[in-house]
Amino acid sequence: MKYDVAIDGRRCHLELTESGGAWHCKLDDREVQVDAVAVRPDVLSLVIGGRVYEVKRERSPEGTFIWIGDQRYATEVSDPRSLRSRRAGPGSESGPRKLIAPMPGKIVRLLVGEKSEVEAGQGILVVEAMKMQNELKSPKKGKVQRLLAAAGASVSAGDVLAIVE
Amino acid sequence: MFKKILIANRGEIAVRVARACREMGISSVAVYSDVDRASLHVRKADEAYPIGSAEAAESYLNIGKILEVAKRSGADAIHPGYGFLSENATFAQACVEAGVKFIGPSAASMEMVGSKTRARQLAEKTAVPFVPGTSHGLRSAQEAEETASSIGYPILLKAAAGGGGKGMRLVQSREELKSALESAQSEALRAFGDGEVYLEKAIINPRHVEIQVLADEHGNTVYLGERECSIQRRHQKVIEEAPSPVMDPDLRRRMGEVAVRVAQSAGYANAGTVEFLLDQQKNFYFLEMNTRLQVEHPVTEFVTGLDLVHLQIRIAAGEKLPFAQPDVSLRGHAIECRIYAEDPDNNFFPSPGLITALLSPAGPGIRVDSGNYEGWSVPIEYDPLLAKLIAYGEDRQQAISRLLRAVDEYFVAGIKTNLSLFRRILNDSEFREGRTDTGYLDRLLRSSLREKSDEEIREGAQIAAVAAGLFAALDPTGAPVPPANETAGPSAWKRAAKVEALH
Repeated sequence: MKYDVAIDGRRCHLELTESGGAWHCKLDDREVQVDAVAVRPDVLSLVIGGRVYEVKRERSPEGTFIWIGDQRYATEVSDPRSLRSRRAGPGSESGPRKLIAPMPGKIVRLLVGEKSEVEAGQGILVVEAMKMQNELKSPKKGKVQRLLAAAGASVSAGDVLAIVE
Repeated sequence: MFKKILIANRGEIAVRVARACREMGISSVAVYSDVDRASLHVRKADEAYPIGSAEAAESYLNIGKILEVAKRSGADAIHPGYGFLSENATFAQACVEAGVKFIGPSAASMEMVGSKTRARQLAEKTAVPFVPGTSHGLRSAQEAEETASSIGYPILLKAAAGGGGKGMRLVQSREELKSALESAQSEALRAFGDGEVYLEKAIINPRHVEIQVLADEHGNTVYLGERECSIQRRHQKVIEEAPSPVMDPDLRRRMGEVAVRVAQSAGYANAGTVEFLLDQQKNFYFLEMNTRLQVEHPVTEFVTGLDLVHLQIRIAAGEKLPFAQPDVSLRGHAIECRIYAEDPDNNFFPSPGLITALLSPAGPGIRVDSGNYEGWSVPIEYDPLLAKLIAYGEDRQQAISRLLRAVDEYFVAGIKTNLSLFRRILNDSEFREGRTDTGYLDRLLRSSLREKSDEEIREGAQIAAVAAGLFAALDPTGAPVPPANETAGPSAWKRAAKVEALH
């Protein structure tokens, strides 16, 4: 099995071959033998060279993350044969990027209008949840193509609030 | 003994009380708002009734609806938990009038000590040491200025009805006083429906130490040692422990006796907590009395070996305290972490939503009081406390090690939690030496985090890359989670079937 994997935006190529319960893994030019057991959904027990790792997968509206100990890695996996993976992933700077509501809440106010130019990290709108206000920031430098939320509206986690191109 | 107890609360404390009821052979009645039907406290009760919309005023704070359920279900007592109606004298009185026993102090005792200004007046009468300031609400900005200059800056403005830091302002100088007073008054009015604000001398970086008291309805009152609750963020406790690292038997006895005196002067019955500030010279000052079970009661349960909820119920049923002060002995050390649904990397912003995975710690000396489960959505409407993780050890060192081990075992996915903050505190040398005060956490958060080495991160990234591929091969359900409103339904069944197949 071949995968294109991006960890915190850094892309690599992974080849997996199973033989007798063990996995031969080729990560770019490094090779390693891994004993892997899916102990429950979203948790793998790995043994690599005698060392044990309990690896967890977190799926959230913001994407998929892999936890190694207390370190969290943003992860994308694609099959290089599929069409989807040939498009630019969300880690890339080119193309439109979505501003996604990380939690359910209410839009308190908009800080910019449609078509305005924004810097990466500039606040686009303010969401209130659990009686606290939080500014959601632009994922990239560019122009606010669309604003899909209005002040006063309730939003769910994962809702697209704006598109910056 | 009661046959049936209504629990007028939600979350982990409602689960805690329902468990105690089950242990004592008492039926439990849950109440729930529209967004809480699937909450754990409903699942753990014997009966459950809806009481209205998510807004607390329409449900958990609605005295009429709660008493109606008590009547309909035939409950003979109500446990209020903490927060919501637990310190509401009107509710306690309404229970009496409805013929249902309120598990807590009488409305009269609550009124004597529940308001901070009245508690100060009581302290004056009973010769209990307290922080210099006013014992009544400030009538004008001019009065505030005169009092502040006579006791000296810095001073603290506090809401009389307050709690949780609302309506509280630290004022360094005369110039700041007027606007601070106005904003404290309006915040207090919004939060508590009462704009009364008083002032007291600010004691800089004291410890916050509180004494647990327990009184029966026959005049017997005991103290059950102290809890150190100095580690706070925005006046909200984050970690509590018992005993306090600076306590000695003589100081404990003196503080305990003062706490008992405060309780007795108010004719107090049931469980209560007397809060003190402890300055660097170990002078203590009475702050206020909390007329309810505290969030952090499990640390006291660990070191005393008592079950405070059982005792609350037995006291309310008219029983005498089954022990006297000399029978109370403390053993070992316990520390509690309050696990909140909030993002420590983003200014502790609340993080409600679907819990996609939950691995709970276990093993020696570990207790988890939780109100959540995997597959449950943390509602946006309430306090973000998810669970309390408590560790017990033969000494403080062992309690810390166990807690760190348990934090490593704890895994919550889908929402953010403050678990990483506890890793940081429990590894911090100042904390480990017991040098904590109410300014500790702000100092820690301002200091820079020890970053992992590039090598550690790179090595982890390689394992993550391999794991990402193995997940795709072995557990290919891993598409990103759709928005919260689409997550119920067949996928949950599929997941459940998968879990079962693995056992």
